[in-house]
Amino acid sequence: MSTVAHAEEHPRGPPPAHQSSRVDARLLGIYFFIGSEIMLFGSFFSAYFFARVVVAPDKWPPEPFKLPVYVALLNTIILLTSSFTMHWALQSIKRNNRPGLIGGLALTFLLGLTFLLVQAREYTRIGFGPRDLAFGTTFFGLTGLHGAHVFVGLNLLLYALIRSIRGHYGPNAHDHLGVEIPGIYWHFVDVMWIVVYTTVYVL
Amino acid sequence: MKNPFRTEAEAFSFVIVTGVLFAAVAVAGWLGNGWTALAVFLALGLGAWAGIYMKSEPKVREPAVWERRPHGGRKRILVVANETVAGRALRDEIRHRARGHQADVLVVAPALNSQLRYWASDEDGARAQAQRRLDASLAALTEDAVEARGEIGDSDPLQAVEDALRTFGADEIIISTHPPGRSNWLEKDVIALARERFDVPIAHVVVDLEQEASAARRG
Repeated sequence: MSTVAHAEEHPRGPPPAHQSSRVDARLLGIYFFIGSEIMLFGSFFSAYFFARVVVAPDKWPPEPFKLPVYVALLNTIILLTSSFTMHWALQSIKRNNRPGLIGGLALTFLLGLTFLLVQAREYTRIGFGPRDLAFGTTFFGLTGLHGAHVFVGLNLLLYALIRSIRGHYGPNAHDHLGVEIPGIYWHFVDVMWIVVYTTVYVL
Repeated sequence: MKNPFRTEAEAFSFVIVTGVLFAAVAVAGWLGNGWTALAVFLALGLGAWAGIYMKSEPKVREPAVWERRPHGGRKRILVVANETVAGRALRDEIRHRARGHQADVLVVAPALNSQLRYWASDEDGARAQAQRRLDASLAALTEDAVEARGEIGDSDPLQAVEDALRTFGADEIIISTHPPGRSNWLEKDVIALARERFDVPIAHVVVDLEQEASAARRG
């Protein structure tokens, strides 16, 4: 007696979830994340302004500290340029231009890495540390928090870059969310740097 | 308020706007003092916000379009109700309107949900509740010898009507609500908005579930 085995079709994984929101769940996730990030930066800015306005209202930065305004300006230009290259990368994949996508992501990554290296170099030569008064603590707190965000952004960009080299992503909206979401995050990091630079270095 | 990080392109524009705004603030602070910079920040910030607000066009809804075709003489009635879906008054109204015709009745129960759950797409609970009410309603209509089928709809009742009309070309619509003062839909003027939006006769039925429950206890 022989037996015949036959495979039955079983649905794999959970059933498709009901989705009421018109916003893609992944985009919604980055919105919530950016909302929480704004609150986090807000708390650091609160500490900074408290130190600046309440603790040391007479002279900011307190003597004898000086901030490298022009080095930070160079870094600002680098980071702003990286927003353009990021935008170019996404526009390229929307037009199915893969070399443009790869080039844009690679340039954005390199510019972000340059920013981080310049910031690290600035830290080693700035002449004060996080323990030097509330000034030093808030300066390193704010710029360090931002630097950590750039580091996270670089990881996301590297991931997207590797995937794009391997042929992932496409011109349809759902096929390049993996570039769009890091792009939104990167622009957010840029906006935060503009605010940090203006308040900490310039004003 | 519009989310400036909705897409990468909008986030990029926001970077540019922020860069220009803060460059102006920095120049003002350099030429004047901190208060000048603050004044420039407030003036330009409010100006930019007002500009974006003035530029944004009011949301225009697409007109509802659906296929109207002869249904072999059968009358098509679309019923939209949620918490009142099993109410006596609604059942009487459906029976009354279906009387003397061969009628197809589609009952749509919008899956009402909280705003937070809606945005998080966490609507399984709301759908399950709507399904329970719908099942009870369909069972009651079957008892009344009305041929009906049911669907769970969008949590927005107008959207639910529009969705249903795309596959069910209704000859008339019945929208059931709680009495005034207790109805969220009436507060949002759903009946008037539906009459404005859909070119079909729309009947409004008020179901007072509390009164029906007390009448049932007495009787």
